[in-house]
Formats: sequence, C-alpha cells, structure tokens
Amino acid sequence: MLVLERVDAHYGKSHVLHGVSIEVRSGEVVGLLGRNGVGKTTTLKAIMGMARRTGGRITFEGRDLHGVPPHGLAGLGIAWVPEERRIFRLLTVLENLRTGLDRAGMTPERREGLLEKVYAYFPILKERRNQAGGTLSGGEQQMLAIARAMMLEPKIILLDEPTEGLMPRMVAQIQAIVHALHRDGVAILLVEQNVPLTLDAAGRVYIMEKGAVRHHASSAELRADQRVIHEYLGV
Amino acid sequence: MDQILVQTLHGLVNGMVLAMVASGLTLIFGIMDIVNFAHGDLLMLGAFVGASVLGVTGNYWLALLAAAVVIALLGALLQVTTLRPLIGRDPLTTILATFGVSLVIQKYALWQWGPSVRRISEPVRGDFTMFHVQYPWYRIATAILAGLILAGLWLFLKYGKYGIWIRATTQDRVMAQAMGIPVPLVYTAVFAIGSAMAAASGVLFGPFAGVTQTMGFDFTLRAFIVVVVGGMGNLGGSILASIFVSLLEAYAAIVVSPAQAVIVSFVVLVLTMLFRPTGLFVPTPK
Repeated sequence: MLVLERVDAHYGKSHVLHGVSIEVRSGEVVGLLGRNGVGKTTTLKAIMGMARRTGGRITFEGRDLHGVPPHGLAGLGIAWVPEERRIFRLLTVLENLRTGLDRAGMTPERREGLLEKVYAYFPILKERRNQAGGTLSGGEQQMLAIARAMMLEPKIILLDEPTEGLMPRMVAQIQAIVHALHRDGVAILLVEQNVPLTLDAAGRVYIMEKGAVRHHASSAELRADQRVIHEYLGV
Repeated sequence: MDQILVQTLHGLVNGMVLAMVASGLTLIFGIMDIVNFAHGDLLMLGAFVGASVLGVTGNYWLALLAAAVVIALLGALLQVTTLRPLIGRDPLTTILATFGVSLVIQKYALWQWGPSVRRISEPVRGDFTMFHVQYPWYRIATAILAGLILAGLWLFLKYGKYGIWIRATTQDRVMAQAMGIPVPLVYTAVFAIGSAMAAASGVLFGPFAGVTQTMGFDFTLRAFIVVVVGGMGNLGGSILASIFVSLLEAYAAIVVSPAQAVIVSFVVLVLTMLFRPTGLFVPTPK
C-alpha cells in the first residue's frame, strides 16, 4: 500500500536518507527501529512531504505522492503522529479533534460515532474535552495526538516514537491502542526505540543505521535471534 | 468634568473603530507573519467604494456591505497574486511587496476619485444630551456596530469550522496541513477577512472626518502601534490596546492639542517595546 523505493532526502546540504526502501501492506503494522539520528523521523517526514526528497519514489496505493500538496495526504488516508506530538496548544481537546473531523462528506452521525469511539479508547480525553491542549500532561497529549490522527479515519498512521518519555502505565495504554488500531485494519508504520514493544506490535521490522535500512526481518525472527538487535541497537 | 466625559466617549468610540482596523492586521500577522503595510489603504479604498455606493443608492448599510465584499475580493486577489508567491521568503520581501501595493492603491485612488475630501453622510442623525454635553448618536452607533462586528469575528473564530482551521494554522502550519487543512486557502481567506474588516472600518469612520486618498497611512500606523502594544498576532490584546491607547489620546487632548496628543501613542509604543516587547495585554511568557 505504502511503498518507498530508494528514497534519498536532504536537510539543507546534509544528505540524511540514502536509498531507503520500505513497504507497508494494507492493515499491516511495520516497525522501524534504530538509534537516535539514523533517519527514522526523516523517513516519516519524507512521506509527509516535509523533508526535501532528492531521489527515489514514494507511492501510496499505486499513486506517486510527488506533487500531492501537503494538505492532500490526509484525504488519501495518511495520518501523522509526530514525535513532538504537535498538539494545537491553544485549542481545546475537542477543537484539536475537530481539525480532523471537519472535512467534506462528514455527517453528524459519523462525527458522533467517531468521537464516541475515540472517547471509549481514551476516556480521559472526554473528561478534558473543553480544556486547552497545552494544559494536558505528556501522556495525555500523546493520546490526543493519536486520537486526532484517528479522526481522519486513515488507512495508515505514521506513528513516531509514541512512548518516548512516558510512564510505564501510559506505555501500556499506547500499546493497547496500537493493537486496537491493528484489529480495526489500520496499517501502522511505527518508529520506536522501545524494542520489546515494537517486536510485540509489529509483524515485520526494518532496522536503520546512518540513513539507510540495514536489516529487514519478521518480528518472530528477531525475537528468536537477538544478535541483530544487539548489533544495531546495542541492547 | 464635562470634558472628561466627552473625551471618554471619544476615546471609546475611536478605540472601537481602531480595534476593527487592528483586528484585521493582527489576524493577518498572526497567521502569515506578514506586516501588511497596505492595510490602511484597503481601508481607504473601502471608504471610497462605500462613498460611491452611497452616492448611487443612498443606502448606507448597503454601502457598508458592498465595501466589505468588494475589498474582501480585492484582498483575496492581492494575496494570491503578490503574497502567495513570497511564502517562505525573507519577511523583508513581504514588507516591500505590501508597501508597493500601498502606493499603487493610493495613486489609483487619486486618479479615480481625485484629491478632494468625500463625505459619507451618517445614517443615524441627531445628538443626545447627557450632563449638559451634546454628543452625536452616530458615534455611539458606530462603537456599538464595531463591537458587534468584532464579537461576530470572535464567535466565528471560536466556534466556526473555518475559525478552528484559522486558529490551528496560526499555531502550527505544518501540523494543520497534515490534518488536511488547506493552508494556502486559509491564508487567502484570512487576508480577505482582514481586508473586509478594514473596508468596513473605513465606511464606519467615513462620516467622522471624510474620505481622502491619504487617510490610509495614518490608520496603518495607528493599527500597527496597537498591534505591537497588544502583542503581535493577539486579537484580544489588540482590541484592548486599541481602547487603551485611544482613551489615553483622548485624555491627553484635554491638556494639549489633539495633534500633540497623538504623541502619547508613540510613547506607549516605545515603552512597550522597551519593557514588554511581547505586548501589554498578554501573559508574561515563561
């Protein structure tokens, strides 16, 4: 469904991605592991059209994303949950959700249904729906960032380090939501540093180093043979 | 005592009109980081359009509406043709571009309507007397109308779908785009709304002092002062600053001549820049 073919990307003059090829099939959870600064976040940004792509091709459902305006990706079914969460801090929780809800073709019933579904996953967001996004705790902001992405009813979510800096209880909740999204048939490209969580959530895993994909295996293989993980991630 | 009362009314009325002008300027700055030096000239053009429509139809309210709509369309056209191509460039280029637009509009107005002052006759006539002081009803009606328009703008920004789009884009353009919000369209719409606010202010202000092709610069300057004093891009701050500065000027006019009273606003501007560069009416940033 989402295919990256030998993608190169630059930030200014520095060459950060070297021929990255990744594929995510419909409904599949794929992990992207690697140390800090190896280009995982840039890979997601290249998909979102935010990093300057200088080579290769990115297609979604067979359609080349080159030339699709940045605001057109949501309509195609691609949602982005950035590492920094990027909550609209002065907007209330509900208004944050509305940024993804107020789109063409939404009936009041569908809007209600979507909101109720998300509130069922994250009851705390319903409680705080009239509170400014900037006043939420880190974990709550992460939930809001995921919930906001879900408002787009995406086919794929690009999930960037969702558990970074969170308490274990929150990590468990994020893990549960990833499983729930997977059950709903949403594909996920999961960028993480948390190896156990990634191996648990993802079916396949790509391992990156120095701006390139160095290894690609199923989670089961990686669980059985931890040497690769050790080599590239040092854990 | 009577004088203080009159000057308070004066200050409030002028403050409300200025708040309308400044709201457009601050909205545009907040979302696009563009200081629109043509803002006052859009106001002037709106006043001329209003005066012309009034001359033909005799209906003030129709003139107000027509000016707002015509200038909104012009604003949208200006944004698409001159500012959209400059997105992502040095802010200086947008300053130069809007300054150029300002000159073009002024010269066009001179060519089209000539250098003489045009009158807009007030739709509400008569004075009222309070504590032996006569005050025209039209000024009171203007303040109320400006207040209603500003309240409408606030409600639109607070609850409307497009209002949420505008606020989300103001806070984080990249994330707004990722959520599917058509940011280029939002920019154009905000520029159109800001232009319409300026044009409506021009028609509202018209009966006070007449309409000339040079009235724009004064408004750009005054609106710019209150936008800085209120905190760049902060709508509520700009409105409070408009009323604050206008009241100060009005009170100063009791002691010195009105022309000298304008100095007060520059003093406020300089003091704000020195001691609270983020704006008077915003919480201190942490």
